[in-house]
Amino acid sequence: MAEANQDGAKPTASTPLLTQEETLTADTFIRGLWKENPVFVMLLGMCPTLAVTNSTINALGMGLSTTFVLVFSGILVSLLRHWIPKQVRIASYIVIIATFVTLVDYAIQAISLELYSALGAFIQLIVVNCVILGRAESYASKQRVLPTIVNSLGTGVGFTLALLALGTVREILGQGTLLGIPLFGPDFQPWLVMILPPGGFFVLGAWLLLFNWRRLRLERRAKQSTGVLADAR
Amino acid sequence: MHAEPLPLIFLNAAIVNNFVLALFLGICPFLGVSAKKETAWNMGLATMFVMLVSSASAYGINWLLTQLGLEFLRLICYIAVIASAVQLVEMFVKKTSPALFRSLGIFLPLITTNCAILGLALFQTAKEYDFVQSLVYALGAGAGFTLALMLMAGLREKLALARVPDVSQGAALSLMLAGLLSLAFMGFAGLGGGHG
Repeated sequence: MAEANQDGAKPTASTPLLTQEETLTADTFIRGLWKENPVFVMLLGMCPTLAVTNSTINALGMGLSTTFVLVFSGILVSLLRHWIPKQVRIASYIVIIATFVTLVDYAIQAISLELYSALGAFIQLIVVNCVILGRAESYASKQRVLPTIVNSLGTGVGFTLALLALGTVREILGQGTLLGIPLFGPDFQPWLVMILPPGGFFVLGAWLLLFNWRRLRLERRAKQSTGVLADAR
Repeated sequence: MHAEPLPLIFLNAAIVNNFVLALFLGICPFLGVSAKKETAWNMGLATMFVMLVSSASAYGINWLLTQLGLEFLRLICYIAVIASAVQLVEMFVKKTSPALFRSLGIFLPLITTNCAILGLALFQTAKEYDFVQSLVYALGAGAGFTLALMLMAGLREKLALARVPDVSQGAALSLMLAGLLSLAFMGFAGLGGGHG
C-alpha cells in the first residue's frame, strides 16, 4: 500500500525515468487506461473515487472534470517546463491546477446546478487530487506538449472509466437504477448500504480483489507453462 | 448555523461526519500511513496541527477576500496557505525528530495534497463558522482523522499476524476493513446535526 502511494508521489519508481523526451506512440495514450490506471493500479485519487461514485452520472461528471483539469494543466506545465524553477515547482503546479479547477467549478455551476450540488466540495477538491499533481510532476514537466496532451487524456479516460466502474455498480445495487432508469421491477429492494459511504469502500475493495485474482491466475499459469517447458527440455 | 454549540461542532466533525470514514477525505494517508500505530499517531498529530493553522488562516483569508470582492481567488489562496503550513511542519519535524521525519517519509510533504485539510477550509467557509467555531471544527476534524488512523493501524497490526488468502492481500483487504469501520461509524449518524 505504502509503496503504491509512494510510486505515485515519486513516479520515477513506477514509470521508468524519462530522461529524454518520449516520442508519441499509441502506448502514450493506452497505458493510462490499464497498465498505469490511476485508481486500480496506482491507487491515486482515492477520495473523489470513493466519495462521488454513488451514481453513474456523478461519476461521469467527476471523471470529465478531472480529465479537463488534467489535460489543460498538463499543457501549461509542459509549456512552462523550462521556466519553472526546480525549487518551487510543486507550488507552481498547484497554483496552475487550482486555476483550472476554479474554471471548472464556475463552469459546472453555470451548466448544471444539480450536478454541482451533488458533487459538492469535491469539484474544488480536484486541486488536491494526486493523479493530477502526479502527472504534472512525472510527465508534463519533462515532455513536449503533444505527448503530454495524449498522455493526460489517457490518464483522464482511465480515471473516468474507473469511476464509472464504481458508480455503475453502486447505483445498480444501491438504487436499482442505471442513469436514473429503473432496471428491476417495483419489487426490487435496494441494497441501500451501497450508495452510503461503506459501499464505496466495499465496491472498490471488490474490484481490487477481482484484479488481484486475475493477476494471480495469470502468474500461476505463466509459471506452469514455463515449468512444462523446463520439463520438456 | 451561527448558534451551533461548540461541543456539537467538535463531535460532529470527529465522529458523526468523520472526515475519513463518512466524508472520504484524506484516504491516501489513511491507507498509506496506517501500517504502524506509532506512525499513525504522529501523522494524526501533524495533520491536526496543519488543520488548525490552515483553518485559522483560511478564516482570515476568506474575510479579506470577501472584503475585496475577490472570492474566486479563494481556492488558490487556501492551497497556497496550506502548502506553506505543511512546509513549516516539515521543517519543525526534521529539526526536532529526524527519526519521525524518516518514518513519515513522503507522506509528510503529501499532507499538502491531503484533501481533508482543503476540505476543512472549504467546509468551514460554506458553513459560515466564526473564528472560534472554525478552530473547534478543525480540532474535531483532526481528532477524527487521528481516531480513524489509529483504529485502522490497530486493525492492520493484528492483521499482519493473520493468514489471509493471497488474493485479498494488500489494498483490497485494507479497503474492506475501511468499509467495515465506516459501517460502524454510521451507527453514530443522527447523533449530532445534519450531514456535511
